[in-house]
Formats: sequence, C-alpha cells, structure tokens
Amino acid sequence: MAEPGEASALEEAEARAVRTRWALLVPAMLVLTIGAAGPLLVMLVYSFLEAGDYGGVEWVFSTDGWVQVFYAYDIFDEEWVAADAHLSIFWRSVKLSVVTTLLALFFGFPTAYFIATRSEKSRNAWLFLITIPFWTNLLIRTFAMMEVIRNEGVVNSVLIGIGLIDEPIQILYTDTAIALGMVYVYLPLMVLPIYASMEKFDFRLVEAAYDLYATRLRVLWRVILPLVKPGIVAGSILVFIPSLGAYVTPRVLGGGKNMMLGNLIELQFGQGRNWPLGAALSITLLVLVMVALLFYVRAAQRGSSGHG
Amino acid sequence: MDGSVRDIAVEAENVSKIFGSGSDEVRALDDVSVGIQDNEFFTLLGPSGCGKTTLLRLIAGFDHPTKGSIRLAGQDISYLPPYRRSVNTVFQNYALFPHMTVAQNIGFGLEMQGRSRAEVRETVGNMLALVRMEALANRRTSQISGGQQQRVALARALAPRPKVLLLDEPLSALDYKLRKDMQIELKRLQHETGITFVFVTHDQEEALTMSDRIAVMSSGKILQVGSPRDIYDRPSERFVADFIGDTNFLEAEVAGKEGATARIRLASGVEVEADLPSGMADARQVTVVIRPEHAALAPAGQGELQGRIANIVYFGTDTHYHVDLDTGGQFTLRLQNPRGGRELHGEGEPVGIAFEPGALQVLRD
Repeated sequence: MAEPGEASALEEAEARAVRTRWALLVPAMLVLTIGAAGPLLVMLVYSFLEAGDYGGVEWVFSTDGWVQVFYAYDIFDEEWVAADAHLSIFWRSVKLSVVTTLLALFFGFPTAYFIATRSEKSRNAWLFLITIPFWTNLLIRTFAMMEVIRNEGVVNSVLIGIGLIDEPIQILYTDTAIALGMVYVYLPLMVLPIYASMEKFDFRLVEAAYDLYATRLRVLWRVILPLVKPGIVAGSILVFIPSLGAYVTPRVLGGGKNMMLGNLIELQFGQGRNWPLGAALSITLLVLVMVALLFYVRAAQRGSSGHG
Repeated sequence: MDGSVRDIAVEAENVSKIFGSGSDEVRALDDVSVGIQDNEFFTLLGPSGCGKTTLLRLIAGFDHPTKGSIRLAGQDISYLPPYRRSVNTVFQNYALFPHMTVAQNIGFGLEMQGRSRAEVRETVGNMLALVRMEALANRRTSQISGGQQQRVALARALAPRPKVLLLDEPLSALDYKLRKDMQIELKRLQHETGITFVFVTHDQEEALTMSDRIAVMSSGKILQVGSPRDIYDRPSERFVADFIGDTNFLEAEVAGKEGATARIRLASGVEVEADLPSGMADARQVTVVIRPEHAALAPAGQGELQGRIANIVYFGTDTHYHVDLDTGGQFTLRLQNPRGGRELHGEGEPVGIAFEPGALQVLRD
C-alpha cells in the first residue's frame, strides 16, 4: 500500500521543483514582455497605419510607411522614385558597422590576448581598466572625443605642433569620426568575450604547435584562432548590432549630414512627423540584423565544420 | 657504458638557466654538461624542481640557456626557435589539438614542414599503424581514452622523424597497468624508429626499466650519468643512492686503498673491501652503501655486523628484515622467499649480517 503513496509523493515533489524553476523565469519574462515584445508589436502595427499631420498615427490601414522605406514621392514629377537617401544611409550604416567591427577586432584581439597571458592576479586589474569607460555617460565620452579630434583639438594641435601637417585634418563630422567613436565605445564588448574564450585556451597548445614547426603566424591561424573563435563570434555580434543602430555617436561626431539608421529613425519620430515610416525603418533594421546574424553564424559554423 | 663509440645527438655544455633576478633569482640549471648519444634511450631522473624539465625545455627551444650552449648533431641550437630544430616533444598533458582529429593531429607537424599532401597521408597512415590507432583516425581527441591520447601524442611527435624525441613525464597521468604497457611500448617505438629518446621522469623504477643511460639530477645539477646497473650498483653520491632503490648507509673509516677498491673499517671494527667511486678525494671518514638484497642473515656472532631483529615484513616475493645494529643504527635486509618456506627467525632474535662479496660501495660525499 505504501508504494503508490510514495510514487505520488515523488511525483508531487518533482512537479513542485519544475514549478519553482519556471517561477524563477517570471520576472525576466515580465520585463521582456513589457520592454521588448510589447513595443515591437506596437511598431509593427504603427508601420501599417497612416501618418498623423502633427506626428502620431491615424488609425487607417496604409502601406505608405513601408513604401517610403524604399521609394520617395517626387512632388515635381509626381511619381515614386527609389529613395536614394534612405538606401545610402542603409549602406553607410552597414559599411560603418562592418568597419567598426573589424577595427574593434583588430584592436580587441591583441588586447584580450595580452590580458589572458598575464598572471592570474594582474588579469583582474587589466579587466578592471577595460571597464573604466563605462563609468562615464556615453554622451559625455562622445563629446570628449569631439574635443580630441576637432580641428583645434588635441590630435590636430599635436600634428601641427610637430610640423607633420600645416592644415588641420578634418576628422570631425566625417564617417571616420563616426567609426572612430564607435570603435571606442564598443571596444570593451569585443575584448571581454574574446578574453573569456582566451582564458579557457590552453596556452601549452601554442608550445606544442611551435614544437611541430609552426611559425608564429601559423600558430595564430591554425591553433589560437580556431579555438577562441566562439569569443570572436560573440564579440563581433556584440559590436556589430549596436553599431548598426547607433544613434548618439553618429549624431554628435557625424554632425547633421552623416546620418546612420538610428538617426534616420529618430528623424521620422521627430521633425519628420512620419511615425509609420519610422516604425517601418525600425522593423527593417531588426530584419537586417537578423539576416546579418544568420549569415554570420552560418559562416562561422562552416569555418569549423564538425567542431566540438 | 657499453664501450661502443656513437655519435652525439644532443650535447649540453656548461649550461646554466636562471629564472628571475635579484632576490627572486632561481638557478634552475647550474653548469650542466651532458652528451646524449645517437639512438639512445636517455633518461633525466630526479625529484620535482631538480631542473630536468628545464633542461628538456632548453633542448626543445621553449627556453634558452642563460649561459652555455646546446648542440644538436654538432650544430649550436641554443637560440633557435622550436620550429627550427629537428626536435619534437611529447608533453606531460599531451597537448593534443582539440579542434582536430587524431589523423590531423598526427599530420600537423608534417603539414607545417610543407610536405606534400600524399606524403602527409602516407606518413600519418604509417604512424597510426605504428601506435596501433588506425581504427580511431577520424575521432576527435576528446573522444579517446587517456592511453590512446598518449599514443596519438607519440605518433604526432614521431611523424616528422625528428633527430631527437623529448618526453616530459608522459606516463605520469596513466594508471599503473597502462603505464607498464606504455613502458614496453615506448621501448619498442624507440627500437623501431631508431630515434634518440630523451625521457624525463621522477619515477626511478621507470628510469631503471626503460633507459640505456640515466642522468640523476638534483638542485639544477647532474650528479651521475650511467647505465641503470651503474646507477643502482655504483651510486657515487648519497643523493643518488638514496633516491634510487632502498639503501643501507654505514659510516666507516678508510684503512687502506688499492686501485679502485679500499679496505674500510666498519663501526663494529670489522674490515671489508669496498669499491671507490671515480675521482674520489682522499678521506678518512667515508659513507659506504649496501643494498638490502646484497646481504644475508647469519647466526649471531658470524658475518660482518651484529644486531637484533626489530621487525619482519612479509612482501610475497621477499621478506624485509629490519635489524637494530649493536653499534647503533638500523640495517634492512631483503631476502627472497622460497615457496613453502617459513620464518626462520623471530623478532627480537640476535643475528649476524653477512655481506655478499663486492656489495659495498663508497660514496664520494
């Protein structure tokens, strides 16, 4: 008689454990629902509505928002033409994000390698230094960057001072300034995941490869890179995604004319008073990121076929 | 040594290696000179921290000597990077590449040397056969056992046919049975490939069973180099005698010398013959050693030493008798057990100890 009772008690205990486990997820799910899924749904709905005259939306179904992502209405010729401005902003955003990611990798990888090869004690100190930029507000840091690269700024003053150039180099309000600013802001997001991979890397493998006639470059290529690739993939994703949607950096360092997607979207909700277009652009950005990720992860997996 | 003249494969000449500086200075190797012959199974034996691994790393090229030089087949390689010397290493933890298959691991060195695809494939095949791992060629290194990883590490290091193969305590991670098998396997591989093996271990039994010659190291110095029999039977220093096997140390006085032997007077007043180590300075007070199996029990009053049996420990193949000597100190004897034998002596019984002729060796220090 005792056995069925025990079995049900066991089942009950297991069921309770499962319930508790799910209960742990509730707060995060709540935040994600309110903070991410909800707004996304609102955006999707708004993108199919008509723009209100003074911002906002009219609750009338319309695909104008989506059409305007790719086409502009020429009021003189009275016809729809390809929205070159939008496309060039898309192109610039993708280009700058790719450049930012590559530069961040170029600077971040050696940094992570350096930290990972320090003694265990000093590693934490180095990691601490990496996080210092996070102590200050992004806007303030970006304005500080402006001071450094503007025509009368530190860089140009020094270069003129030592006689390397006569005229200041125009860096501020160019794509270079935007890329520079984004690399600075997102570099830690590249360093930390690569470091995390590198910390687990067994550096004795480097000796083994040297021992087997591999030169430095080949050791890097054949042994280190394949094994820290998960960190490189994660770091690149973490830098690429926020770069694509960056808003503050291009706004401040790019001036008004070098817009990126984030600025274009902001424009529609502000001066443009075209919320459906803004919503459609936001969704487009989201799709762009997802497609890029898909390709990237695919490529990364192919590179290490059968890995693990 | 067997007396035949062989070419020197690796030679260290007055090599010192100092790590750190100032008060943190560690002298890992202190003026070490040694010549390792072609096609030799040479073992560096010593406790941890004795410098054996440092010497190995200098030969591999992972570190460079602070003073002195390392030569490989006559060429000075002291400061060549590891990838430019024909020396390969089997690492203590194997250090197999986890992102490659067994075959890719074995082929890595050949590939880096720029061998043709066909040659790599053929050599990898031969190596897989040599270490009997053909069936697992396409496995990941994480999917094979420790013993198999060991064999892959061996094959990987042997594949480029180095002039010298270095082995850094490669058997220490294996369990007892596997270690015994691998000892035989290593001897076979060395024999079949004809490559010079330099083997590092702290395990004296491993060193004695596998080596052609052994260098015993302590505190950054090589104390004695010789065949296993030399090292065991004729230890020249206290450390060597103590580190390898069990030994009885006896204080004695030199009564007279004749060539390589001396007449020595033991504490009991008995005079016996003992072998002198080479390069022995004149001394009156010396220490002599005798192995536990080179003496036998005798009736009380007979033999060279007198004492009383303190305890008897049965070991299956032999029995150990610990005898408290009348002149102070303890003496251990190891006597082979005949089948069906019984204890001939009891604890507390007075006995004599008789040395085998030629069993005594004088220590240098």
